[in-house]
Amino acid sequence: MQAVMPAPIPVRPSPAARILWVAIAIVGAFCLGVVALRRGEPINAIWLVAASISIFVIGYRYYGKFIEHSVLKLDPTRAPPSVLRNDGLDYVPTDKWVVFGHHFAAIAGAGPLVGPVLAAQMGYLPGTLWILFGVVFAGAVQDFMILGLSLRRDARSLGHMLREELGPVAGVVAMFGVLVLMMIVLAVLALVVVKALTHSPWGTFTVAATIPIALLMGVYLRWFRPGKILEVSIIGLVLLLASIAFGKTVADSATLAPLFDFDAKALAWLLIAYGFCASVLPVWLLLAPRDYLSTFLKIGTIALLALAIFLSAPTLQMPAVTKFIDGSGPVFQGGLFPFLFITIACGAVSGWHSIIASGTTPKLLANEGQARLVGYGGMLMEAFVAIMALIAASSLHPGVYFAMNSPAAIIGSTVQDAATTISQWGFVVTPDELLQTAKNIGESSILGRAGGAPTLAVGMAQLLHNIIPGGSMMAFWYHYAILFEALFILTTVDAGTRVGRFMIQEIAGLIHKPLQETKSWAGNLLATAICVGLWGYFLYQGAVDPLGGINTLWPLFGIANQMLAAIALMLATVVVVKLKRERYVLVPGIPAIWLIVCTMVAGWEKLSGPISFTAAAQKYAQAMQDGKLLAPAKTPAAMQQIVTNNYVDMALTGLFMLLIVAMLGFSLRALIRAWQTNHPTAHEEPYVALSSVAN
Amino acid sequence: MNRSMQALESGWKCAVQTARLCCGVPDYDAYVKHLREHHPEREVPDYKAFFRERQEARYKGTGGRCC
Repeated sequence: MQAVMPAPIPVRPSPAARILWVAIAIVGAFCLGVVALRRGEPINAIWLVAASISIFVIGYRYYGKFIEHSVLKLDPTRAPPSVLRNDGLDYVPTDKWVVFGHHFAAIAGAGPLVGPVLAAQMGYLPGTLWILFGVVFAGAVQDFMILGLSLRRDARSLGHMLREELGPVAGVVAMFGVLVLMMIVLAVLALVVVKALTHSPWGTFTVAATIPIALLMGVYLRWFRPGKILEVSIIGLVLLLASIAFGKTVADSATLAPLFDFDAKALAWLLIAYGFCASVLPVWLLLAPRDYLSTFLKIGTIALLALAIFLSAPTLQMPAVTKFIDGSGPVFQGGLFPFLFITIACGAVSGWHSIIASGTTPKLLANEGQARLVGYGGMLMEAFVAIMALIAASSLHPGVYFAMNSPAAIIGSTVQDAATTISQWGFVVTPDELLQTAKNIGESSILGRAGGAPTLAVGMAQLLHNIIPGGSMMAFWYHYAILFEALFILTTVDAGTRVGRFMIQEIAGLIHKPLQETKSWAGNLLATAICVGLWGYFLYQGAVDPLGGINTLWPLFGIANQMLAAIALMLATVVVVKLKRERYVLVPGIPAIWLIVCTMVAGWEKLSGPISFTAAAQKYAQAMQDGKLLAPAKTPAAMQQIVTNNYVDMALTGLFMLLIVAMLGFSLRALIRAWQTNHPTAHEEPYVALSSVAN
Repeated sequence: MNRSMQALESGWKCAVQTARLCCGVPDYDAYVKHLREHHPEREVPDYKAFFRERQEARYKGTGGRCC
């Protein structure tokens, strides 16, 4: 049944519109020129903001539209899944701005805030350029195209589409990759929280306080005022702010402070125990209320960060490019290529989004013509969040930035050692400046707080302090920022553990049927224990890691996330050929090839060579043979642990590389077959006119 | 005056709908409308029951189903 579709009539832009777009292009080019070419003197962040906005609107207007009309050939007259399968619950035609808000809230998490902060070690320019061009040509293309494909396939999931278009084995291989990626994501995010809370009674108290607050909200929402989300979230927010204020009293008290003062290992165990409990409790009690709070706080804080940057217009203190582009940087190891492109995943291109873009969003879109706003536009918004995180990190004193993000193994564990080492790198800083920063934010030390969250928190605290001055306000804002990141990371950990549990229960059900029963306590507890054990292993490994954990685990996360993005883009490439639109094959093809090259090179460097897991394992194994102990290990058993951890990471890297090669093989096979066929072979649902079903 | 009030009201409704959707709770009115039009034989749940069902469904890894 092939109905005749009216060809979209290209609308000629009016002269005024043309002048406007030329003006935007000139402004954008000029701002980018200032950002890229001005050397030696610090520039203002507003140049960066203006350049980004210009590039985003031009990308949206021209490249986004090109993909919409030529590559995906989206058709506003075609009935989308929300109309065809309307059930009033999951499939509901919804206002485009409501869908946009929902989609953005679902894709924006901790990722775009952490990656750019870590990448700032190379200066602000490499990260900025990768975010700007990465998002326009790769990230937004991936989100938009997967959304477009899913819209034409009854809003099917990525896994389902992979099975249909590339074959059943390819689908299973990719979904296995997703499960492993999820465990790494949970571990890395939990590690960010551990790093932020180590020996910070104030931070630990406020994060711990979210548990009773959430329980209270859960009970209120269940029995007192069912369904009143806004009301209960306001109550929760007030209690949270009160707990931040009271946190100072806890930190200053000689009796209370030790109760909330933990080292990294203890915090890792606490988080593992917490993750287990939280995911077996009923959702309404802890998870759901915390989810509401963290969702609203996330959107509010992103808006606050934008406001702070616009109002205080900070100067970027980090140089445009630092000497660490050669790969000798302390925050993460490895050169600009490929590690910049691995470190900044979310914000430029993130594989996770392909799961969201083929999840709830396509079930809500009321019209194919709105897919560009949600898919392409939503990702541009996330890139803007990443740019703001980069600005917040680059507006810090570089000395402070490196003191916070470098492992103790490189800069030492006292402010004197740290100041000396960092000053030798050319970022002159005194021990007093480091101490003063710690004092300003109400902490005893800022050293070794890698992971993005604390750096961003200090950056945000300074920006907000510029607007609203006041004696202890900076400490308040710092702990507010820490709390906000910890809150939504812990929500991700809860929800992720639950999803992982269901996945594991499904697999276990294949072996022993009763285990599949999600209401059985034995099956439940067992699957949760396995799931928590998987991410808990990597979390604990990060807590005892010689390089502080983030340095080791973030590349693993980046490789896994970019692997998923490469898989999604390979799917898009194959479908373009299957639709017999071969002339546009490079639109998803080039970013797919780029991500395959980046992940494979990064994977290889992590397997063999000076910065590899193998080299780290061998170094510790050699020392053990010589009967020596290397920091931070204090016993031979701890040494053995580090060796084992590095071998596990090595095996995992190898596994990811194998996955990519396998998926590339499946894609090439499907692609060649489709190229040789002279008619379209993609599995699209037949055309149904919107006018024939809409009421 | 009246028109701007109306615009404000619809804007607020849109914001509430977005906020609820971000938490996995779809539009109740749309669901009731759907039930009345397509499944008149079924009982319409009150907002409390609807909210509880959606809260459970959000964290199941699969969405709730119509039929």
